[in-house]
Amino acid sequence: MANTLSIIQAINQALMNEMKNDDTVVVYGEDVGVEGGVFRATVDLQKTYGKERAFDTPLAESAIVGTAVGMAINGLKPVVEMQFSGFSYPAFNQIISHVARMRNRSRGQYNLPMVIRAPYGGGIRALEHHSESTEALYAQIPGLKVVIPSTPYDAKGLLIAAIRDPDPVLFWEPKRIYRAFKQEIPEEAYEIPLGKAKILQEGEDITIVTWGAMVPDVQKAVKMVQDKGISTEVIDLRTISPMDRESFIQSVKKTGRILVVHEAPKTLGVGAEIISIVNEKAFLHLEAPPTRLTGFDTTFPLPRGEKHYIPSPERIAKTIEDIVKY
Amino acid sequence: MRLEDYNPMKNEMYQVIDPSGKAKEKDHIPDLDDEQLKYLFRTMLYTRTIDEKALSYQRQGRMLTYAPNLGQEAAQVGSAYSLDKEDWLVPAFRELGAWLVRGVPLKNIYLYWYGNEWGSHMPDGVKVLPVSVPIASQLQHATGIGMANNIKNEKNVVLTYVGDGGTSHGDFHEALNFASVFKSPVVFIVQNNQYAISTSRKVQTLSENIALKATAYGMPGILVDGNDIFAMYNATKTAVDRARKGEGPTLIEAYTYRLGAHTTSDDPTKYRDDAEVEEWRKKDPILRFGEYLKENNVVDDEWIEETKKELGEEVKKTFESIEDNSDTELEDIFKYHFEKMPAQLQEQLDEYRSFLEGGK
Ligand SMILES: Cc1ncc(C[n+]2csc(CCOP(=O)(O)OP(=O)(O)O)c2C)c(N)n1
Ligand SMILES: [Mg+2]
Repeated sequence: MANTLSIIQAINQALMNEMKNDDTVVVYGEDVGVEGGVFRATVDLQKTYGKERAFDTPLAESAIVGTAVGMAINGLKPVVEMQFSGFSYPAFNQIISHVARMRNRSRGQYNLPMVIRAPYGGGIRALEHHSESTEALYAQIPGLKVVIPSTPYDAKGLLIAAIRDPDPVLFWEPKRIYRAFKQEIPEEAYEIPLGKAKILQEGEDITIVTWGAMVPDVQKAVKMVQDKGISTEVIDLRTISPMDRESFIQSVKKTGRILVVHEAPKTLGVGAEIISIVNEKAFLHLEAPPTRLTGFDTTFPLPRGEKHYIPSPERIAKTIEDIVKY
Repeated sequence: MRLEDYNPMKNEMYQVIDPSGKAKEKDHIPDLDDEQLKYLFRTMLYTRTIDEKALSYQRQGRMLTYAPNLGQEAAQVGSAYSLDKEDWLVPAFRELGAWLVRGVPLKNIYLYWYGNEWGSHMPDGVKVLPVSVPIASQLQHATGIGMANNIKNEKNVVLTYVGDGGTSHGDFHEALNFASVFKSPVVFIVQNNQYAISTSRKVQTLSENIALKATAYGMPGILVDGNDIFAMYNATKTAVDRARKGEGPTLIEAYTYRLGAHTTSDDPTKYRDDAEVEEWRKKDPILRFGEYLKENNVVDDEWIEETKKELGEEVKKTFESIEDNSDTELEDIFKYHFEKMPAQLQEQLDEYRSFLEGGK
């Protein structure tokens, strides 16, 4: 039977599957119960699994994450929602001081099998704090896994793997493409291993590493340059931390060129890390300077300036050409 | 009025005019002349008109996400009217009536909701902070502004707002505690409109009301009928006077109702009954105040119709003036992070400009 879903529907199905498979899975956050989430990610969970396991909380992110730590210590697998990644900061203290550290602090006595989900990223013409990409902020914290899917198939498989993972996972969802396209995916539960990138397209001339909502934009750009005879290898990183370093090291050894495309600001971002790794591990294979195309080092603009911020397919295509021509 | 005459521990609520517009506590009718009364009513109608037009523009695809204030006009206009010229207003994001009272031009308000940062840049002399989207975070700023007043020995006071949902946040409790400990001249208004998006007030707290939370912080708290403009004005004025005299902060719960959606992205039929909304429609603060004013020969139906028409035209004119020329200037995205733009930002701006101009 066809099960053709968007990213948001795939996330909902992953939650449904895991709540069915494992009754220690509980889902909560602001507006996730009765309403089923402002983006409908948790729709029908309460109807299906009851108020004990899928519920609304008072408006307090620190308590949402902090209680999840307690639940995880006490045998449950909480999957909590931050309504937008931009509202995860009240929980920053809990995430950095406890979520990331409990296993190490207790020398393995307490591990935290918990997931923090949040929609992230721009392009939806939203109010302030609803558009940022702050994956680097979390990826730098030892003890946190940061996962970002870009397709319905990956969203489901990665979320299930995140829920089953014995350690805390931040699952950042690219809201710009929540409903952008659908894909036929298995109805039953399946896992996609965390920490594994995916080669979306093999090529000879240049490697592009990207993730989240930038993936379809990169794919558009790649089509544009294809007509000009440029053969591109595209890697969807999928897990920001821990990073699948081999995926792009091997690729750059073949292509000799690398472009990292991300929506987040440039300076001290994930792109900087990827390029450092390339410099350390594949330096002698490089034929052009490793390059980043990213959001600006500015606050994400309100909607009337938004179009400038996210690198467009045209800009990506132009950058690819510049690197190949170098 | 005296705050202590209404005990939140006993769930007593302060009300001056009842929902039918009749004066319930005659000696509590504030000493305002007809022009002042008309100004208040006009501002409530202005608030309503701005909302209704914004919602209709939004439906036509001409406006982005918008958070209406429908049903909360008395809570906003009545409270803000108690301030003096030099006082501060520290809003959350659903305080349109209060912004208008404090002199925020509609152009700013629409520009903000239209997605341009300049909406948050107030004209000189308007002591109103920009919208604070992270729930309850603004309360700390209000407390700090008041603490600075104490240090500088200045007598102006701070009026700040939060929703019922916001009272669950750590920031709410920390701000109240600081305000009390440091005797900060702040008045905290909780607009309890019964919902935080889909989440009922009953889910936020098991406390019988929100006003009584003040007790634990050692400050007065009062539960006020938020749809009664006189009750809101009197209670806030009393609290503002206290603050100005150096007696510290007050918590006011404005008991009201969000008649509209949370924002234009929200569908309230998913989480509440029409019957409940209908009950509250009968308590519409604009109807109530209108009845009172007509009964007392301050306004008549003709005045109301004329005023609505005039406001409608003004709102339309203002919206159209920003509609086609409010795109963000590219440089503005970069220019305002620091007093001087760092080299790396300048470089990013230059690179992007040269891309727009057709390449290096
Ligand atoms: C810290 C934070 N968490 C979540 C949100 C998303 N959000 C926006 S409004 C809102 C509900 C606010 O409810 P309430 O405080 O009652 O104010 P109201 O909207 O009713 O005026 C939520 C959860 C936010 N803006 N900030
Ligand atoms: Mg509310």
